[in-house]
Amino acid sequence: MCAQRSGSADISCRIAGVQLPTPLVLASGIWGTSPALLERAARTGAGAVTAKTCTPRPRRGHRNPSAVHWDHGLINAMGLPNPGVTEELALLREASRRLRRLGVALIASVSADTAEDFADAAARLAEAGPDMIELNVSCPNLGAEHGEMFAATPRAAAEVTARVKAATRIPCLVKLSPNVHDIGEVARAVVEAGADGITAINTMPGMLIDAASGAPVLANQTGGLSGPALKPIALRCVYDIASVVSVPIIGTGGVLSGTDAVEMISAGATAVGVGSAVFYRGGDAFSLVKDELSAWLAEHECWSLDDIRGRAHTSRKAAVVTALPPVPGWERSS
Amino acid sequence: MSAPAGIPTPFRITEKTQENVKTASLVLDGSLPCAPGQFAMLWLPGVDEKPFSISGSDPLMFTVSRVGPFSEALHSLCAGDALWVRGPFGRGFSAGRGRTLLVGGGYGAAPLAFLARTLLAPGCGGSAEAALGARTAADLLFVHRFQAMGVRVHAATEDGSEGTVGLVTGVVQRLLADGRFTNVQACGPEGMLEALERICAGAGVPAELSFEAYMRCGVGLCGACEHGGRLVCLDGPVFSAGEEPDVGSTIRGS
Repeated sequence: MCAQRSGSADISCRIAGVQLPTPLVLASGIWGTSPALLERAARTGAGAVTAKTCTPRPRRGHRNPSAVHWDHGLINAMGLPNPGVTEELALLREASRRLRRLGVALIASVSADTAEDFADAAARLAEAGPDMIELNVSCPNLGAEHGEMFAATPRAAAEVTARVKAATRIPCLVKLSPNVHDIGEVARAVVEAGADGITAINTMPGMLIDAASGAPVLANQTGGLSGPALKPIALRCVYDIASVVSVPIIGTGGVLSGTDAVEMISAGATAVGVGSAVFYRGGDAFSLVKDELSAWLAEHECWSLDDIRGRAHTSRKAAVVTALPPVPGWERSS
Repeated sequence: MSAPAGIPTPFRITEKTQENVKTASLVLDGSLPCAPGQFAMLWLPGVDEKPFSISGSDPLMFTVSRVGPFSEALHSLCAGDALWVRGPFGRGFSAGRGRTLLVGGGYGAAPLAFLARTLLAPGCGGSAEAALGARTAADLLFVHRFQAMGVRVHAATEDGSEGTVGLVTGVVQRLLADGRFTNVQACGPEGMLEALERICAGAGVPAELSFEAYMRCGVGLCGACEHGGRLVCLDGPVFSAGEEPDVGSTIRGS
């Protein structure tokens, strides 16, 4: 299945015409929009970095506890703290300047209460020159004051996408929620509305309750699950989306290792979001995941990500089996 | 792959000690294996959750200065009340065999008595003296705790009500001049830490500095505590001098 060549695998990939040196994408919300931290992710192995979601006006976010580790993952309800579009522009400009030197792509992220405000804010953020913009239509932590999330229905998600596409020329990624009946239908709708790619998935709504006090642990009561618990959900969503659309997907959810990245790409992702891994593996998460991915590909004699992309969709089981490495000692004992 | 354990755990307060005019120590009914300099998140359901350095691990102890609504709420607690803890988080001080000068500015002394106990423990083989600075004699923290351990205290107060008049950094400069200290470990306000970094570099003495920052998630995710490209909650709060990059090189988000 994989061509025989010498040297290490090419792990670059392309999303909406933008070349990424590695398929690892810093997920939005991790490390805020600090140019220094975005640069750190880029220097340690990210091929693209996504800024914290920005809203038209500043938001303080929710009170603490806002992020907690539990048995099988993390749960957070930060509440989109951000400085608002005007200050975000300065941060994005500085981040863009630093990342360009490294050949790493910058993805801005935007959220708003109405499709119109989405378009206005996206157009403003585009002035900072990010390579792409991600439409966060799926934050689980905004609450009733913002109504139902746009990602909840194909029609609402498509309307936001169409408005933003009409207002900007920058490639648009739409970040989808796993908490819907049929994520493939939402994906199809946003692609028909002009989405250049899809980020899947956002966190899954959940809740922790402290037995001793009876109180919800998060100050916001509920939050979004991420980390290991989210991975099987994300794999299923990416698999479903890749079955119905052909735009690139940034597969996000519970990727903590190179093997997790291989699984996500096998489900059909072009690139892989990395977020909670920073908690599980520390500040060097990107270099660890990148090295593990490269080592996996070399061990399995794969020389580009194309060799593994979408494998889960094929029924050529024989081809998959030949990709396994030889078992040490097998010949001697048999 | 290991990660610090997660959800807040309820402890009961067994003892509350008033340390000075605005600082109290809360002793809890359990222990938490950790290094001095690490921190934990303290939670009161329905109130708030904030990071505090650990001032004792067995029994677990926190030393809290009244600076805002949440620390006021902590001060209103009494023996028998519940307090929720998650952690420990971050990187603490290293414990070596050297002759250590501990430097505390104001309530920054909170983790240093715990550190001194670790340095002086049988088997560690270190020695320690403490330089403590505060605005007035009433604001000095832990003088008696240090003295009870046999740690000599060099105090400095801005109003001269105890010890040397002026800043603790002046005292440190003088103490490092005679070459009897092999390293400095400090916790306090940022201005003090920056001055110490220069003083220690000049004296050729390695230093570990514990920084305070506005923290949200406490576990390295949200970026709120970023300081010159480093995460205070994950990479710190204790940094080796020289490791801490120039803060001025960054545009800050808040």
